[in-house]
Amino acid sequence: MVTVSGVSKYFGNIKALRRVSFQVEEGELFGVIGPDGAGKSTLFRIILSLLLPDEGEVCLWGKSPVADYKAIRRMVGYMPGKFSLYEDLTVEENLNFFAAVFGTTIKENYHLIKDIYRQIEPFKKRRAGKLSGGMKQKLALSCALIHKPKLLVLDEPTTGVDAVSRSDFWEMLQKLKNAGITVLVSTPYMDEASLCDRVALIQKGHILEISTPDAVTQGFGKQLFGVAGENMYKLLLHCRKFYRVESVYPFGEELHLTFHGGGDWREELIRYLYENGLANVRIRPIKPNIEDRFMSLMSITEKENG
Amino acid sequence: MKKLWVFIKKEAIHIIRDKRTLMVLLIMPLAQILIFGYVITTEINQARIGIFNKANDYAGYQLVNRLAASGYFKIGKMIDNPEEMEASLRKGEVRMVVVIPSEFGKRQAESSGVEVQLVADASEANSAQMLVNYARSIITRFDAENGLSGRASEIPVTIETRMFYNPALKGVFMSVPGIMAMILILISAMMTSISITREKEYGSMEILLVSPLKPWQIIVGKVAPYIILSFINAVTILLVGIFIFKVPMEGSWWWLTIINILYILLSLSLGIFISTVSASQMVAMFISLFALLLPTVLLSGFIYPIENMPVLLRWLSSIMPPRYYIQAVKSIMFKAGSFMSIWKELLIFAAFIVAFMALSIKNFKVRLS
Repeated sequence: MVTVSGVSKYFGNIKALRRVSFQVEEGELFGVIGPDGAGKSTLFRIILSLLLPDEGEVCLWGKSPVADYKAIRRMVGYMPGKFSLYEDLTVEENLNFFAAVFGTTIKENYHLIKDIYRQIEPFKKRRAGKLSGGMKQKLALSCALIHKPKLLVLDEPTTGVDAVSRSDFWEMLQKLKNAGITVLVSTPYMDEASLCDRVALIQKGHILEISTPDAVTQGFGKQLFGVAGENMYKLLLHCRKFYRVESVYPFGEELHLTFHGGGDWREELIRYLYENGLANVRIRPIKPNIEDRFMSLMSITEKENG
Repeated sequence: MKKLWVFIKKEAIHIIRDKRTLMVLLIMPLAQILIFGYVITTEINQARIGIFNKANDYAGYQLVNRLAASGYFKIGKMIDNPEEMEASLRKGEVRMVVVIPSEFGKRQAESSGVEVQLVADASEANSAQMLVNYARSIITRFDAENGLSGRASEIPVTIETRMFYNPALKGVFMSVPGIMAMILILISAMMTSISITREKEYGSMEILLVSPLKPWQIIVGKVAPYIILSFINAVTILLVGIFIFKVPMEGSWWWLTIINILYILLSLSLGIFISTVSASQMVAMFISLFALLLPTVLLSGFIYPIENMPVLLRWLSSIMPPRYYIQAVKSIMFKAGSFMSIWKELLIFAAFIVAFMALSIKNFKVRLS
């Protein structure tokens, strides 16, 4: 069990983390979701004992990364955001090295990494630097797992990886969770949040919300509409001008839009747009996703912080 | 222990797989000693000198012939008056002028003696000093043979001692230990400091830190393979020195090896220390170059004699490890010194190694930043 309570971290004048608190339960797949620069990596490094918090405390199964960093380092597996294995060593050599460094062998924990490693095994004589992005991630995960850690910390493991490898990767994480390993993972991709047991939304060092993915989207609490038309940019500008519109963001091929008070003012909006020369506008009610929730939470905190 | 072994193996693979760097590391010392050996030769060969012969007698001509026959000097100009002498020195036509006084032959036989004046262009202080020394030794020998027999004992002892270990006055003898000192410390320190900072830069240090590896295991694992590489370098330089530059090897190979191994360990631990204070490969390389190259060249007595330095620099030179290496190697190679003649230097090496290692382990950051 991982407990983070009131952790703050400053880099000079920059507040990377501000009183962050959350708890990860044993055997949970916990996601930290936020854009680049939100403080995800800093948070993970503090949990891993690589950085010291300026305020607050962290506790992993009763051990503190500040006082007892050696104990922490025996029970965690870490996959940094940047590919950090040795590019001039082969796949097999990398894995052997990390196994030996953690005082184990590939054989001993092969069952843990079997599913992932089998996919890269045909290339085991290839140097890690010559692997594709997806295979590098699989190798890095194997190396982080080889000593059977209690807690697996993955910093943006799917950044820069193709869609197929990404879904493979998340399937793997589910399996590891089922094998009893607690997984702490960060990602900038909102769509991956729904694959976690619980998520923490983080922005500029603040935790915006901690909940299950479903509860996060339900927390949106308003009717959301998808607006589509011909001139998307003009459409966005005019939607923003309409006095009943509370928020509107471009989202893929549609604009995501809410009205003040969560009401339904579609007819008025269509009329207003028509008067402004925008015909053929289609508006449909849609279900909010995590990104919608994230955007609304962000605008709320921004208002609160002035 | 197995962890350490695995780490050393990994480090060795890094070195062997990086063929280009490996070639540079093996060939660079060879190229350096050849270049330095031929360029920084303090040897004098056919230096152009002027003769201002006021005597024009038999003894005077004999002296001029003796100077010309030595091979060190080439008579570039005969000078008739002091103005001409100054002008040709200023123009650089000649590097030194030998002024033979009038009635040289006659006064040479008198008990009061005679003064031969040597006027050298001191804008190049070292070579001027060398020219004067060479000329002096030729003139004193000439004097001893032709002048009053009793004056032979007045030959300054310093000249004789200087030539004792280097009778042919070959500069390259003196510079081989200096070149070895420089190349070994540069390569060893740079290699280790870069290889450790590279892990920091690539981010793999982050994983190593999160592993149960202890700081000393990381440090020793990093250094071990480079000991072999540096030793190969030391052997190459020595062989080139002995077989190409004909540097004498009078003493014991055993002690020479010990000196080299200790010096390599010292350089490697210095490299580790540099890596603990620098964040990137670039910084590590600059520190290795500037903090090591200049002091080694300038303060170790390799090019400029320590005795001629101001007190502050002389004091500084006493904390320069290459200085002791040069002393110890010279003592073994040229003077067939025994353990008794080098134990101080060996002790100093050991102290440096312990100090750098302790500082590095203490300085090694178990966390990021």
